[in-house]
Amino acid sequence: MIEAVGLTKRFGAKTAVDQLSFQVRPGHVTGFLGPNGSGKSTTMRMILGLDQPTSGQVTINGRPFRELGNAQRNVGALLDAKAVHGGRRARTHLLSIAQLSGIPEKRVDEVLAVVGLQDVARRRTKGFSLGMGQRLGIATALLGDPRVLLFDEPVNGLDPEGILWVRNLMRQLASEGRTVFVSSHLMSEMALTADHLIVIGRGRLLADMGTQEFIAHNSAGFARVRAAGNDQDGRKALAAALTAAGGRVLQEPDGALRVTGLELPHISDLAHGVGVRLWELSPHRASLEEAYMRMTQSSVEYTSTEDPRAELWEPDPLALPAWEDGAAAPEVPQDGFFAPPPPGAGGKPFLMPGSAAELAGTAGTAPNNPEDTR
Amino acid sequence: MSFPAVLRSEWTKIRTVASTVWTLAAAAVVTVGMSALLCVFLNSQFENMPKEQQLAFDPTASSFAGMSLGQAAVIVFGVLVVGTEYSTGMIRTSLAAVPRRGSFLAGKLLVATALALAVGLVTSFVSFFTGQALLGEHSIGIGEPNVLRAVFGAGLYMAVIALFAMGLTMVLRSSMLALGILLPFVFLLSPILGSVDATQKVAYFFPNVAGSRIMQTVPAVLDGSEPPYGPWGGFGIMAAWAALAVVAGYAVLRKRDA
Ligand SMILES: Nc1ncnc2c1ncn2[C@@H]1O[C@H](COP(=O)(O)OP(=O)(O)OP(=O)(O)O)[C@@H](O)[C@H]1O
Ligand SMILES: [Mg+2]
Repeated sequence: MIEAVGLTKRFGAKTAVDQLSFQVRPGHVTGFLGPNGSGKSTTMRMILGLDQPTSGQVTINGRPFRELGNAQRNVGALLDAKAVHGGRRARTHLLSIAQLSGIPEKRVDEVLAVVGLQDVARRRTKGFSLGMGQRLGIATALLGDPRVLLFDEPVNGLDPEGILWVRNLMRQLASEGRTVFVSSHLMSEMALTADHLIVIGRGRLLADMGTQEFIAHNSAGFARVRAAGNDQDGRKALAAALTAAGGRVLQEPDGALRVTGLELPHISDLAHGVGVRLWELSPHRASLEEAYMRMTQSSVEYTSTEDPRAELWEPDPLALPAWEDGAAAPEVPQDGFFAPPPPGAGGKPFLMPGSAAELAGTAGTAPNNPEDTR
Repeated sequence: MSFPAVLRSEWTKIRTVASTVWTLAAAAVVTVGMSALLCVFLNSQFENMPKEQQLAFDPTASSFAGMSLGQAAVIVFGVLVVGTEYSTGMIRTSLAAVPRRGSFLAGKLLVATALALAVGLVTSFVSFFTGQALLGEHSIGIGEPNVLRAVFGAGLYMAVIALFAMGLTMVLRSSMLALGILLPFVFLLSPILGSVDATQKVAYFFPNVAGSRIMQTVPAVLDGSEPPYGPWGGFGIMAAWAALAVVAGYAVLRKRDA
């Protein structure tokens, strides 16, 4: 159990962690999410007593880390896989850390085998690849067979086999009743690994809830509807009917319509009502990635700006309705991310990007996001 | 986590890194080698030296004169033992396993200083006997007054200069910075200030200058510039510098984020 109360950390004028309070409970994998620079690593360093909080406190099983008797038996952590002396061999690196807690040498060989580094145990770590370093860091965390485990981006640099292994490892550790707190930017992976999520943005708590609940709360699924053939009129009529019924309609580049706010049977009925045959009517389930992006949009500090080349591209006249050719919903990869508009934002009948800037804004910062708690 | 555990871990850390092993080996080889060369030279040129120099000749100090260069390697050793923890980020891995920073620091300093002392003593004794053998008729026996103290003192000097380097690196948290200050200080500033009358009195209180007094058996009476302390007094000044550096280093380690 990790408990933070009013945890705050300032670096000069920069508030990296701001009044953060949360609990990480045993028996679950708790995911720790947030954009770059939102304070995840800083929080983890404070949990481990490496950084002193400016105010507030964080305890592990009721005690601050620096007061834990046998730290490694209580807490294991992977913070920074590169935090090893490159001139030391993998095995002696682990041995030097194991010896601090009187962990027997046998355990060093055990964890080396667990992370699959037994063959390079006697190699100097400066020759290690990113993933090998990451495995060594995980081995360090496992050394003391601790009750509480912290992993800062553990799958960073791992191959698919390694990612699967980490996922199973986390779940297994949690099922043994341990506290597992893991940060990551890989949403698809987190959706599979974590049962609980703590989401922060700009150092503040944005969400603390179950993964499924989080997805349900922060995103809306949508339906993809495609009129038969390339029937322009049919599509227009269908869009008008759907909008009239209270749905929001966006046109996808391939001519399909993306509908939110209406149930699938209702859409089918409406299509029937206006006499439009459908070639596709498919549900699109919300993903953690979408939910996360929507929640953190306004907290993202480091966003890429539009490539200036984009200004050479003339947006089509803004007056065109959503379903007109040329006015398209933001292009999305096959099952990539598209942030549905925040509920009630703007309240326009057709959710049509008003301008190129707003179009870009969908993927970056939304000016009027109701979730913005600041 | 107990203190012996920290010692065992620090010992593993030191012996499993090539740089620390090499710097200590270099300290021994450079000191013995340079001293031997100097003794051969002194032995052959003794008759050509001016009378005063012959009278003030200190066969003991001459037999480990190479230590003035060998100490550079010991300083590098001290700096690296602490500095690589910071430059590699290992300090965070270490402190995540040893929450009590005082134990961590004490363990590290104790192991590294003991090792520097052991190497220093072996070096000074080997250097002494080699040097005396090469000095021929100008040599001195270990049983003569003050000689044993000087030979032991040379070993102690190695240990304390290493400790001073470690303390300073703890304060600066960077190998480059520590070396950039220590080496010019020992090899440029001290000799320059020590050779100018006006500043000599200041230089007497530099750790390396004060500490090296313990290696001499003959007072420098002839030029009348005797420092205001004896061999152990000088060593005490050096030890005080080292203690100050360690205390400051501990304060930094305790206060600052790792
Ligand atoms: N030692 C430090 N000195 C000054 N500022 C710092 C320090 N450590 C972190 N910061 C700042 O604190 C903020 C939070 O950084 P942190 O590394 O905790 O973010 P993060 O959530 O781990 O990001 P990422 O996802 O990129 O790893 C950043 O703005 C960073 O610049
Ligand atoms: Mg981070």
